[in-house]
Amino acid sequence: MKKILILGLFVLATIGIQAQGYQVGDDAKDFKLKNVDGKLVSLADYKDAKGFIVIFTCNHCPYSVAYEDRIIEIDKKYKTKGYPVIAINPNDPELYESDSFENMIQRSKEKGFTFPYLIDETQDIYKAFGASKTPHVFILSNAKGKYTVEYIGAIDNNYKDASAVTSTYVETAVDALLANKKPAVTATKAIGCSIKSK
Amino acid sequence: MKLPIRLILFASLLFSSQLAVTQEIKTYNFDELEPIFHFQNDTTYVINFWAMWCKPCVEELPEFEDIRKDYANKKVKVILVSLDFGKNVNDRLNSFLERKDINAEVVILDDPDADKWIGKVDEKWDGALPATIIYKKEKKIVFTRQVSYDELSGTIDKLNNQTN
Repeated sequence: MKKILILGLFVLATIGIQAQGYQVGDDAKDFKLKNVDGKLVSLADYKDAKGFIVIFTCNHCPYSVAYEDRIIEIDKKYKTKGYPVIAINPNDPELYESDSFENMIQRSKEKGFTFPYLIDETQDIYKAFGASKTPHVFILSNAKGKYTVEYIGAIDNNYKDASAVTSTYVETAVDALLANKKPAVTATKAIGCSIKSK
Repeated sequence: MKLPIRLILFASLLFSSQLAVTQEIKTYNFDELEPIFHFQNDTTYVINFWAMWCKPCVEELPEFEDIRKDYANKKVKVILVSLDFGKNVNDRLNSFLERKDINAEVVILDDPDADKWIGKVDEKWDGALPATIIYKKEKKIVFTRQVSYDELSGTIDKLNNQTN
């Protein structure tokens, strides 16, 4: 009791943009966003997908760049198993020129992205998800058009060095889902570039 | 091969004057850095997580430098924790800080297993940059977004004016 009173005297506060978006277990709404090939992409387009690896990422952020090759590998590995990667750039290109649609097209070509790279032009989708930074992953399972958030967080536990990774969070979570299990780890934190909105 | 003494003097002067503005930036992992979040003394610590490529971080950097100057004699310590990484990071940081005229203490946090330590800084912080922790002993205020000079000074004054 005394301890509680003492704690009450301390100032403890966190001021900032707290995530208002999806929590693990929530249903995610579908979206319709423009891909680098000019076509609109929705989750509903993927009739046979067991789920999705939605990754908010961009061109300008060194953490995103550090993960580009790994995202391609994840897409190649899991697309055929029913979990394609959907990449979404949430940044306002007026604030980050390198994140413009034209530069997205260029980057996608340069790196040979095997997945759609969508632009969140109105910036409504990243807010709906509650993405706060790039890269920021949301794994969704798909039950006949009902998309459930199964995992939120980082791709793995070493942004600097892919060969030094000891926990492949995303792969482990998707492997569990493919085995009809819930992921053991459903949330992780990572350093990232905060998303800039208008 | 005798170098003119004046040239040597000039060169050494130039070298020493550069040393005066260029700080030696140390690199830590989180375990090594963690004590700076838990000092129990009269000083108010202002700890900012930032990186050179992070636009809002770079925008707010001068505010921290102003705080450092304005609170120089008021038991306030500013520490800028850089999360920059890659080739020649120390050199790039030093020339950046020189260009921006930032003289606050800078350390590099090099600990890629971020899920292990982000929550130890503040459980509500999810790792997006910038973030700022202001604390004095057990009293702590955390900003998980860009801050203004007034917010920083207001928070510092609030912590300083509270009875311990």
